[in-house]
Amino acid sequence: MKSFMKTSVAAFALTVGANAAAAEGELVLYHWFEYMPQEVLDKFTEETGIEVTMDTFDSNESMLASLKAGGIGTYDLSVPGDYMVSIMANEGMLDTIEDGELKNKGNIEPEWADPSFDPGRKHSIPYQWGSTSFAVNRDVYSGDIQTTDILFNPPEELQGRINMLDAQGEIMVMASLHLGIPQCSSDREQLKALNALLQDAKQHWTSFNSDTAKEVLVSGDAAVGQIYDGFSAKAREEGANVEYAFPTQGYVAWMDNVVLLKDAPNRENALKFMDFLLEPENIAAVTNFAQYNAGVKGVSDFLDPNLASQPEKNPHDNVGPGVFIEVCSEEVQAVYDQIWTNLKK
Amino acid sequence: MAAGAASGGSATTDTYKEARTWLLLPAWVTLSILVLAPVVMMLIYSFLTKEFRGGVIWEFSLAAYDQFFFDRGLFGDEPPKIEWTYIIIFWRSIWQAGAATLLSLVIGFPTAYFIATRSENMRPIWVFLITIPYWVNLLIRTVSMKFLLRDQGPLNDFLISIGLIDSPLHIVNTNFAVQLGLFYSYLPFMVLPIYAAVERYNFALSEAAADLYASKWTTLRRILLPAVKPGVIAGCILVFVPSMGSFLAPDLLGGAKNFMIGSLIEEQFKGNAGNWPFGAAASMILLTMVLVLLMLFARQQAKAEKAEG
Repeated sequence: MKSFMKTSVAAFALTVGANAAAAEGELVLYHWFEYMPQEVLDKFTEETGIEVTMDTFDSNESMLASLKAGGIGTYDLSVPGDYMVSIMANEGMLDTIEDGELKNKGNIEPEWADPSFDPGRKHSIPYQWGSTSFAVNRDVYSGDIQTTDILFNPPEELQGRINMLDAQGEIMVMASLHLGIPQCSSDREQLKALNALLQDAKQHWTSFNSDTAKEVLVSGDAAVGQIYDGFSAKAREEGANVEYAFPTQGYVAWMDNVVLLKDAPNRENALKFMDFLLEPENIAAVTNFAQYNAGVKGVSDFLDPNLASQPEKNPHDNVGPGVFIEVCSEEVQAVYDQIWTNLKK
Repeated sequence: MAAGAASGGSATTDTYKEARTWLLLPAWVTLSILVLAPVVMMLIYSFLTKEFRGGVIWEFSLAAYDQFFFDRGLFGDEPPKIEWTYIIIFWRSIWQAGAATLLSLVIGFPTAYFIATRSENMRPIWVFLITIPYWVNLLIRTVSMKFLLRDQGPLNDFLISIGLIDSPLHIVNTNFAVQLGLFYSYLPFMVLPIYAAVERYNFALSEAAADLYASKWTTLRRILLPAVKPGVIAGCILVFVPSMGSFLAPDLLGGAKNFMIGSLIEEQFKGNAGNWPFGAAASMILLTMVLVLLMLFARQQAKAEKAEG
């Protein structure tokens, strides 16, 4: 009986303790996979006492779908890419950050302070930015890789050894750049050409996979992989002899942003976390982990010195433009979906 | 209650007769919430209008079914032809699931037979061993399978080192890899029902057949198989049905190059298409197909039993 009493008291004490910790509140984050170092979250908890819960997603579209299917009101913050910020804002899924609510808002670099996808940064702050292109295994192919032909009209050594991202947006932009047509074009001939190009290129592709885009390059399952620049750098560091290409036709530029969701259950804490991520030291820790770029002033002092000299961050002189993914009209999107189904049927 | 006690043997049945409706209530509530409600919701959604980027508008529409059965060209304004795309996707799924079921049966039946013929105290240990790999999450098992099968993986290394092949076999990102993945995912669902059936089988029947000069093959075909048929059929259904809707194996082992029913439906909810009514319609068509298959099968069974009786 005595020992029972002891256990009960201990259990009670534990419960009280847990409640005390929870009293500081919590924060629920909906984030990309492999994109947030645990020590950054731990540091935030240490500084504020706020417990962070994180769920992950693997594409902007799947995140949008889960939020639409009932995730609004559950999560405080999410991290959509550029075009997805405008889609979410148009859908009324984002809360507005009033002037003065973020004390570190001034830390945002001027070039990212007023982006087209969120004028005036009403809903978002920069998280990371970078590029999406492709990496080629130099043990397999030593010729010129600075062209989108590598993906759509590959040399013999690379045929059947190409992994594409399982992402409609990235593939459509690269295909449009390859054909030299504008994104979201409603011109019928151009759309037919886009369809034909993908139909023809598919025979050279071995798989569509986003979450293993890095692993297939490291393991050698694929000799070419459509990939984000930071992932390519990581693949190189993990021993794959890969070179990241900056095609002369152009490549995809992107910026991921932390957004404040509508009906955030812990709005105050969410703002605290945004302020936390606008501190150069904290966002630099994310950049050192993810190997992209921060959009915050004063990060350079905290960055790993090797990052700046990475080949993935230093395009050659003949590089084409870096273009952001555009948001297509409903009519064009319907055709894009049809092309995508044709590609994967 | 008193009447129940008086009638002796059937006391249990009678005792609960009045209360039966109430006692079944929890089961009915659970079933309606977990099974009926989602299906009805899907049915309703499949007849609603698609909202751009996911979601539905509450207006009646047949667009989802139209999209499934009619091809109106890339821009949706050509005269309708029969749409083969989705029929091909369904056919591919049926074929893949069928191959995986066959593979499971070929491996699962002897396994179940082996376990059922062990001594009584060893059987639980063998069943336990069968289930051990399935304590691990399906996703992790599927990824591990990919690691085993890849060009530079242990399987190819082994086959090359014993000199059976010179260059690695390309297994990952093929249909065969998907079938292997499905087979591995659902094998216990084949083994366990067959084991349950074989365990109850009276082996004296086999001995009697042997005494009457039946060959081993004849005994298997005419005595054992008919006796354990319900277990075999249950196993086949339990492997075939989830294989048809699976999207993990096709995505990870098949390279996501070709849609299966599961990945097609997933794309409608999680992908760019964001076409919930179409995803719901495809689910309803899949559900109907499976139901019709099972009903045809049940009728066939009933007929066969009548003929025998």
